Amino acid sequence: MNKQGRCPLTTSQIIDEYFIENRTRILDVAAYLDRLLRSADSQPAGEDFRMQAFEQALHILSSTEPNKVDHIQLVFSDPTTELKAHLDTKSASGAWNPVPEVR
Amino acid sequence: MYYIEMHGHMVSRTTDDYREMAMAGCVAVSEPAFWAGWDRQSADSFDDYFRQLTDFEPKRASQFFIRHVSWLCLNPKEGEDRRLTAEVLKRIPKFLDRPNVVGIGEIGMNRVTHNEVDTFIDHIRLALDYNQMILIHTPHLEDKYKGTRATIDNLVKFQNLDPNCVLIDHAEEHTVGMILEHGFYTGLTLYPNTKVSLARAVDMIEKYGPDRITISSACDWGPSVPTAVPQLMLEMRRRGHSEELIRKLVFENPLKFLMQSGKFELPRLDIHATVSHTAP
Repeated sequence: MNKQGRCPLTTSQIIDEYFIENRTRILDVAAYLDRLLRSADSQPAGEDFRMQAFEQALHILSSTEPNKVDHIQLVFSDPTTELKAHLDTKSASGAWNPVPEVR
Repeated sequence: MYYIEMHGHMVSRTTDDYREMAMAGCVAVSEPAFWAGWDRQSADSFDDYFRQLTDFEPKRASQFFIRHVSWLCLNPKEGEDRRLTAEVLKRIPKFLDRPNVVGIGEIGMNRVTHNEVDTFIDHIRLALDYNQMILIHTPHLEDKYKGTRATIDNLVKFQNLDPNCVLIDHAEEHTVGMILEHGFYTGLTLYPNTKVSLARAVDMIEKYGPDRITISSACDWGPSVPTAVPQLMLEMRRRGHSEELIRKLVFENPLKFLMQSGKFELPRLDIHATVSHTAP
Protein backbone atom coordinates (compact mmCIF):
# COMPACT_ATOMS: atom_id res chain seq x y z
CA MET A 1 0.00 0.00 0.00
CA ASN A 2 1.38 3.38 -1.05
CA LYS A 3 2.18 5.60 1.91
CA GLN A 4 4.17 8.15 0.00
CA GLY A 5 1.40 10.69 -0.43
CA ARG A 6 2.50 14.17 0.50
CA CYS A 7 0.71 17.01 2.24
CA PRO A 8 0.07 19.74 -0.33
CA LEU A 9 1.43 22.41 2.01
CA THR A 10 5.09 23.42 2.17
CA THR A 11 7.05 22.97 5.39
CA SER A 12 6.73 26.63 6.19
CA GLN A 13 2.99 26.59 5.45
CA ILE A 14 2.50 23.56 7.72
CA ILE A 15 4.31 25.35 10.53
CA ASP A 16 2.29 28.52 9.95
CA GLU A 17 -1.00 26.58 9.99
CA TYR A 18 -0.37 24.03 12.73
CA PHE A 19 2.34 25.34 15.07
CA ILE A 20 0.13 27.10 17.62
CA GLU A 21 -2.33 24.23 18.12
CA ASN A 22 0.52 21.73 18.51
CA ARG A 23 2.38 24.03 20.88
CA THR A 24 -0.78 23.94 22.98
CA ARG A 25 -0.84 20.13 22.88
CA ILE A 26 2.77 19.89 24.06
CA LEU A 27 2.02 22.22 26.95
CA ASP A 28 -0.98 20.04 27.87
CA VAL A 29 1.25 16.94 27.94
CA ALA A 30 3.82 18.77 30.06
CA ALA A 31 1.14 19.94 32.46
CA TYR A 32 -0.23 16.38 32.70
CA LEU A 33 3.22 15.04 33.63
CA ASP A 34 3.70 17.84 36.18
CA ARG A 35 0.26 17.10 37.65
CA LEU A 36 1.27 13.49 38.20
CA LEU A 37 4.28 14.71 40.19
CA ARG A 38 1.94 16.83 42.31
CA SER A 39 -0.48 13.96 43.03
CA ALA A 40 -2.12 13.78 46.44
CA ASP A 41 -0.42 10.48 47.31
CA SER A 42 2.92 11.06 45.53
CA GLN A 43 2.82 7.54 44.10
CA PRO A 44 5.18 7.14 41.12
CA ALA A 45 3.15 7.08 37.88
CA GLY A 46 5.75 4.94 36.14
CA GLU A 47 4.42 1.81 37.84
CA ASP A 48 1.20 2.08 35.84
CA PHE A 49 1.28 0.11 32.56
CA ARG A 50 -0.44 2.99 30.77
CA MET A 51 2.27 5.43 31.77
CA GLN A 52 4.97 2.96 30.80
CA ALA A 53 3.52 2.98 27.29
CA PHE A 54 3.21 6.76 27.46
CA GLU A 55 6.93 6.99 28.24
CA GLN A 56 7.76 4.88 25.19
CA ALA A 57 5.56 7.12 23.06
CA LEU A 58 7.43 10.20 24.27
CA HIS A 59 10.72 8.63 23.17
CA ILE A 60 9.28 8.05 19.69
CA LEU A 61 8.06 11.65 19.56
CA SER A 62 11.57 12.96 20.11
CA SER A 63 13.15 10.71 17.46
CA THR A 64 13.83 11.78 13.88
CA GLU A 65 12.22 8.69 12.36
CA PRO A 66 9.14 8.99 10.05
CA ASN A 67 5.75 7.40 10.69
CA LYS A 68 5.78 8.32 14.37
CA VAL A 69 2.02 8.02 14.71
CA ASP A 70 2.03 4.45 13.34
CA HIS A 71 4.77 3.44 15.79
CA ILE A 72 3.05 5.06 18.75
CA GLN A 73 -0.23 3.36 17.84
CA LEU A 74 1.59 0.02 18.04
CA VAL A 75 3.20 0.91 21.38
CA PHE A 76 -0.29 1.28 22.85
CA SER A 77 -1.67 -1.82 21.08
CA ASP A 78 -2.16 -5.41 22.20
CA PRO A 79 0.39 -7.27 20.02
CA THR A 80 -0.97 -10.75 20.78
CA THR A 81 -3.15 -12.86 18.51
CA GLU A 82 -4.73 -15.25 21.03
CA LEU A 83 -8.42 -14.66 21.65
CA LYS A 84 -9.45 -13.85 25.22
CA ALA A 85 -11.21 -16.74 26.93
CA HIS A 86 -13.86 -14.46 28.43
CA LEU A 87 -14.84 -10.82 28.47
CA ASP A 88 -12.67 -9.19 31.14
CA THR A 89 -14.04 -5.66 30.97
CA LYS A 90 -16.45 -3.78 28.75
CA SER A 91 -14.13 -0.91 27.87
CA ALA A 92 -10.53 -0.58 26.71
CA SER A 93 -8.05 1.37 28.86
CA GLY A 94 -5.92 2.99 26.16
CA ALA A 95 -2.79 0.87 26.53
CA TRP A 96 -2.13 -2.83 26.51
CA ASN A 97 -1.47 -4.36 29.93
CA PRO A 98 0.96 -7.27 29.43
CA VAL A 99 0.67 -8.59 32.99
CA PRO A 100 -2.63 -10.52 32.74
CA GLU A 101 -1.47 -11.99 29.44
CA VAL A 102 1.74 -13.60 30.75
CA ARG A 103 0.66 -15.12 34.04
CA MET B 1 -21.41 20.66 -0.73
CA TYR B 2 -23.66 17.64 -0.26
CA TYR B 3 -22.38 14.88 2.00
CA ILE B 4 -23.45 11.49 3.37
CA GLU B 5 -22.99 10.72 7.07
CA MET B 6 -21.84 7.10 6.84
CA HIS B 7 -22.12 6.30 10.54
CA GLY B 8 -24.45 8.19 12.85
CA HIS B 9 -26.36 6.81 15.83
CA MET B 10 -29.25 9.18 15.35
CA VAL B 11 -31.54 7.48 17.87
CA SER B 12 -29.28 9.18 20.44
CA ARG B 13 -29.43 12.60 18.81
CA THR B 14 -32.01 15.34 18.81
CA THR B 15 -34.18 16.53 15.95
CA ASP B 16 -32.20 19.78 16.11
CA ASP B 17 -29.11 17.75 15.19
CA TYR B 18 -30.84 16.53 12.02
CA ARG B 19 -31.61 20.14 11.14
CA GLU B 20 -28.02 21.27 11.74
CA MET B 21 -26.71 18.39 9.63
CA ALA B 22 -29.15 19.21 6.81
CA MET B 23 -28.10 22.86 6.90
CA ALA B 24 -24.45 21.74 6.62
CA GLY B 25 -25.21 19.72 3.46
CA CYS B 26 -26.14 16.28 4.77
CA VAL B 27 -28.46 14.44 2.38
CA ALA B 28 -28.30 10.93 3.86
CA VAL B 29 -27.46 9.19 7.13
CA SER B 30 -26.41 5.57 7.51
CA GLU B 31 -27.22 4.32 11.01
CA PRO B 32 -25.79 1.02 12.30
CA ALA B 33 -27.36 -0.78 15.23
CA PHE B 34 -25.21 -0.36 18.30
CA TRP B 35 -24.90 -0.53 22.09
CA ALA B 36 -27.34 1.47 24.18
CA GLY B 37 -24.71 2.07 26.87
CA TRP B 38 -26.14 -0.78 28.93
CA ASP B 39 -26.80 -4.42 28.13
CA ARG B 40 -30.32 -5.23 27.03
CA GLN B 41 -32.05 -8.00 28.93
CA SER B 42 -33.99 -9.70 26.16
CA ALA B 43 -34.45 -10.02 22.42
CA ASP B 44 -37.73 -8.13 22.77
CA SER B 45 -35.71 -4.98 23.41
CA PHE B 46 -34.02 -5.48 20.05
CA ASP B 47 -37.37 -5.86 18.33
CA ASP B 48 -38.34 -2.42 19.58
CA TYR B 49 -34.94 -0.98 18.66
CA PHE B 50 -35.15 -2.39 15.12
CA ARG B 51 -38.62 -0.87 14.75
CA GLN B 52 -37.21 2.48 15.80
CA LEU B 53 -34.37 2.18 13.26
CA THR B 54 -36.63 1.14 10.41
CA ASP B 55 -39.76 3.18 11.05
CA PHE B 56 -39.41 6.16 13.36
CA GLU B 57 -35.90 7.38 12.41
CA PRO B 58 -36.50 7.46 8.64
CA LYS B 59 -39.59 9.61 9.26
CA ARG B 60 -37.70 11.97 11.56
CA ALA B 61 -34.84 12.36 9.06
CA SER B 62 -37.19 12.92 6.13
CA GLN B 63 -38.49 16.13 7.73
CA PHE B 64 -35.12 17.62 6.78
CA PHE B 65 -34.84 15.95 3.35
CA ILE B 66 -32.31 13.48 4.72
CA ARG B 67 -32.49 9.89 3.54
CA HIS B 68 -32.07 7.51 6.50
CA VAL B 69 -30.79 3.94 6.06
CA SER B 70 -30.00 1.44 8.77
CA TRP B 71 -27.97 -1.70 9.50
CA LEU B 72 -29.21 -4.36 11.91
CA CYS B 73 -27.40 -6.68 14.32
CA LEU B 74 -26.57 -7.44 17.91
CA ASN B 75 -23.62 -5.11 18.49
CA PRO B 76 -20.09 -6.13 19.56
CA LYS B 77 -20.45 -4.84 23.12
CA GLU B 78 -23.16 -7.45 23.72
CA GLY B 79 -21.59 -10.14 21.55
CA GLU B 80 -20.23 -12.07 24.51
CA ASP B 81 -23.78 -13.21 25.33
CA ARG B 82 -24.25 -16.17 23.00
CA ARG B 83 -27.75 -16.97 24.22
CA LEU B 84 -28.99 -13.44 23.52
CA THR B 85 -27.17 -13.49 20.17
CA ALA B 86 -29.02 -16.61 19.08
CA GLU B 87 -32.38 -15.07 19.97
CA VAL B 88 -31.68 -11.74 18.28
CA LEU B 89 -30.36 -13.38 15.12
CA LYS B 90 -33.68 -15.17 14.71
CA ARG B 91 -35.52 -11.84 14.77
CA ILE B 92 -33.40 -9.89 12.28
CA PRO B 93 -34.62 -11.51 9.01
CA LYS B 94 -38.16 -10.20 9.35
CA PHE B 95 -36.77 -6.64 9.23
CA LEU B 96 -34.46 -7.10 6.25
CA ASP B 97 -37.18 -6.32 3.71
CA ARG B 98 -37.85 -2.91 5.26
CA PRO B 99 -37.14 -0.20 2.67
CA ASN B 100 -34.34 1.50 4.61
CA VAL B 101 -32.38 -1.59 5.69
CA VAL B 102 -29.14 -1.84 3.70
CA GLY B 103 -27.32 -4.60 5.56
CA ILE B 104 -25.99 -6.23 8.71
CA GLY B 105 -24.00 -4.04 11.10
CA GLU B 106 -22.21 -2.78 12.99
CA ILE B 107 -20.90 -6.20 13.87
CA GLY B 108 -17.41 -7.09 15.08
CA MET B 109 -15.47 -7.45 18.28
CA ASN B 110 -15.03 -5.48 21.47
CA ARG B 111 -12.33 -7.19 23.59
CA VAL B 112 -11.63 -9.91 21.01
CA THR B 113 -12.93 -12.93 22.91
CA HIS B 114 -13.87 -16.38 21.63
CA ASN B 115 -17.57 -15.64 22.06
CA GLU B 116 -17.30 -12.29 20.28
CA VAL B 117 -15.65 -13.96 17.30
CA ASP B 118 -18.34 -16.65 17.21
CA THR B 119 -21.04 -13.96 17.30
CA PHE B 120 -19.25 -12.08 14.52
CA ILE B 121 -19.15 -15.20 12.35
CA ASP B 122 -22.84 -15.89 12.99
CA HIS B 123 -23.65 -12.42 11.67
CA ILE B 124 -21.50 -12.90 8.56
CA ARG B 125 -23.35 -16.14 7.81
CA LEU B 126 -26.66 -14.35 8.26
CA ALA B 127 -25.55 -11.59 5.88
CA LEU B 128 -24.48 -14.11 3.26
CA ASP B 129 -27.65 -16.18 3.65
CA TYR B 130 -29.78 -13.10 3.00
CA ASN B 131 -27.47 -11.41 0.47
CA GLN B 132 -26.83 -8.42 2.70
CA MET B 133 -23.97 -5.93 2.80
CA ILE B 134 -21.87 -5.75 5.98
CA LEU B 135 -20.70 -2.88 8.19
CA ILE B 136 -18.02 -3.80 10.72
CA HIS B 137 -16.98 -2.05 13.93
CA THR B 138 -13.35 -2.42 14.98
CA PRO B 139 -12.42 -2.33 18.67
CA HIS B 140 -11.14 0.77 20.41
CA LEU B 141 -7.72 1.84 21.63
CA GLU B 142 -5.35 -1.00 22.56
CA ASP B 143 -7.73 -3.60 21.11
CA LYS B 144 -8.00 -2.07 17.64
CA TYR B 145 -4.90 -3.62 16.07
CA LYS B 146 -5.58 -7.13 17.34
CA GLY B 147 -9.31 -6.85 16.63
CA THR B 148 -8.84 -5.59 13.09
CA ARG B 149 -6.42 -8.42 12.32
CA ALA B 150 -8.87 -10.96 13.76
CA THR B 151 -11.69 -9.39 11.74
CA ILE B 152 -9.81 -9.68 8.46
CA ASP B 153 -8.53 -13.19 9.26
CA ASN B 154 -12.13 -14.36 9.70
CA LEU B 155 -13.55 -12.49 6.72
CA VAL B 156 -11.07 -13.97 4.24
CA LYS B 157 -12.24 -17.46 5.21
CA PHE B 158 -15.54 -16.73 3.45
CA GLN B 159 -14.68 -17.19 -0.21
CA ASN B 160 -18.14 -16.08 -1.36
CA LEU B 161 -17.81 -12.72 0.42
CA ASP B 162 -17.30 -9.73 -1.88
CA PRO B 163 -14.94 -7.28 -0.11
CA ASN B 164 -16.53 -4.41 -2.04
CA CYS B 165 -19.72 -5.01 -0.07
CA VAL B 166 -17.97 -4.86 3.32
CA LEU B 167 -16.96 -1.69 5.16
CA ILE B 168 -14.51 -2.10 8.06
CA ASP B 169 -14.99 1.01 10.13
CA HIS B 170 -13.06 3.09 12.67
CA ALA B 171 -9.70 2.61 10.91
CA GLU B 172 -6.64 4.35 12.28
CA GLU B 173 -3.03 4.70 11.18
CA HIS B 174 -2.03 1.17 12.17
CA THR B 175 -5.06 -0.55 10.62
CA VAL B 176 -6.13 1.40 7.54
CA GLY B 177 -3.44 -0.17 5.32
CA MET B 178 -4.36 -3.77 6.10
CA ILE B 179 -8.05 -3.08 5.48
CA LEU B 180 -7.50 -1.46 2.08
CA GLU B 181 -4.94 -4.07 1.02
CA HIS B 182 -7.62 -6.75 1.37
CA GLY B 183 -10.04 -4.86 -0.88
CA PHE B 184 -12.55 -3.74 1.75
CA TYR B 185 -14.07 -0.30 2.12
CA THR B 186 -13.04 1.51 5.28
CA GLY B 187 -14.19 4.41 7.41
CA LEU B 188 -12.33 7.14 9.26
CA THR B 189 -14.29 8.17 12.33
CA LEU B 190 -14.03 11.76 13.55
CA TYR B 191 -14.71 11.16 17.23
CA PRO B 192 -13.12 12.95 20.19
CA ASN B 193 -10.35 11.20 22.14
CA THR B 194 -10.93 7.56 21.26
CA LYS B 195 -10.82 7.69 17.46
CA VAL B 196 -9.43 10.08 14.81
CA SER B 197 -8.95 13.85 14.78
CA LEU B 198 -9.62 15.98 11.71
CA ALA B 199 -5.91 16.51 11.01
CA ARG B 200 -5.01 12.83 11.39
CA ALA B 201 -7.88 11.80 9.11
CA VAL B 202 -6.59 14.10 6.37
CA ASP B 203 -3.05 12.79 6.93
CA MET B 204 -4.29 9.24 6.28
CA ILE B 205 -6.15 10.35 3.16
CA GLU B 206 -2.96 11.97 1.89
CA LYS B 207 -0.93 8.83 2.60
CA TYR B 208 -3.33 6.19 1.28
CA GLY B 209 -5.35 8.08 -1.35
CA PRO B 210 -9.14 8.48 -1.38
CA ASP B 211 -10.28 5.17 -2.90
CA ARG B 212 -12.66 3.11 -0.75
CA ILE B 213 -12.32 5.53 2.18
CA THR B 214 -15.42 7.02 3.79
CA ILE B 215 -15.75 9.59 6.57
CA SER B 216 -18.16 9.69 9.49
CA SER B 217 -18.81 11.31 12.85
CA ALA B 218 -20.14 8.17 14.58
CA CYS B 219 -22.15 10.64 16.65
CA ASP B 220 -23.95 8.85 19.48
CA TRP B 221 -24.87 9.30 23.14
CA GLY B 222 -21.27 10.12 24.10
CA PRO B 223 -19.38 13.36 23.51
CA SER B 224 -19.44 13.56 19.71
CA VAL B 225 -20.05 16.03 16.89
CA PRO B 226 -22.84 15.35 14.36
CA THR B 227 -21.36 17.90 11.94
CA ALA B 228 -17.83 16.49 12.09
CA VAL B 229 -17.86 15.58 8.38
CA PRO B 230 -18.32 19.21 7.25
CA GLN B 231 -15.53 20.08 9.67
CA LEU B 232 -13.30 17.64 7.79
CA MET B 233 -14.17 19.42 4.54
CA LEU B 234 -12.85 22.64 6.07
CA GLU B 235 -9.68 20.89 7.24
CA MET B 236 -9.07 19.62 3.70
CA ARG B 237 -9.63 23.10 2.25
CA ARG B 238 -7.21 24.46 4.84
CA ARG B 239 -4.53 22.27 3.26
CA GLY B 240 -5.46 23.21 -0.30
CA HIS B 241 -7.13 19.96 -1.34
CA SER B 242 -9.52 20.17 -4.30
CA GLU B 243 -13.29 20.28 -4.06
CA GLU B 244 -13.35 17.22 -6.33
CA LEU B 245 -11.28 15.21 -3.84
CA ILE B 246 -13.40 16.34 -0.92
CA ARG B 247 -16.63 15.43 -2.73
CA LYS B 248 -15.27 11.99 -3.55
CA LEU B 249 -14.63 11.28 0.11
CA VAL B 250 -17.76 12.70 1.71
CA PHE B 251 -20.30 11.96 -1.03
CA GLU B 252 -19.24 9.80 -3.94
CA ASN B 253 -17.48 7.01 -2.02
CA PRO B 254 -20.32 6.44 0.47
CA LEU B 255 -22.86 6.77 -2.34
CA LYS B 256 -21.11 4.15 -4.44
CA PHE B 257 -20.84 1.80 -1.47
CA LEU B 258 -24.46 2.18 -0.37
CA MET B 259 -25.88 1.92 -3.90
CA GLN B 260 -24.67 -1.69 -3.97
CA SER B 261 -27.48 -2.53 -1.54
CA GLY B 262 -30.01 -1.90 -4.30
CA LYS B 263 -32.13 -0.01 -1.77
CA PHE B 264 -30.32 3.28 -1.38
CA GLU B 265 -31.83 6.40 -2.88
CA LEU B 266 -31.03 10.04 -2.34
CA PRO B 267 -33.89 12.23 -1.14
CA ARG B 268 -33.98 14.35 -4.30
CA LEU B 269 -33.27 13.17 -7.83
CA ASP B 270 -31.37 16.32 -8.76
CA ILE B 271 -28.68 15.44 -6.20
CA HIS B 272 -27.71 12.47 -8.37
CA ALA B 273 -26.73 14.93 -11.09
CA THR B 274 -23.90 16.21 -8.88
CA VAL B 275 -22.17 12.83 -8.81
CA SER B 276 -18.89 12.94 -10.69
CA HIS B 277 -18.32 10.35 -13.39
CA THR B 278 -14.76 9.98 -12.13
CA ALA B 279 -15.78 7.92 -9.11
CA PRO B 280 -14.07 4.49 -9.35
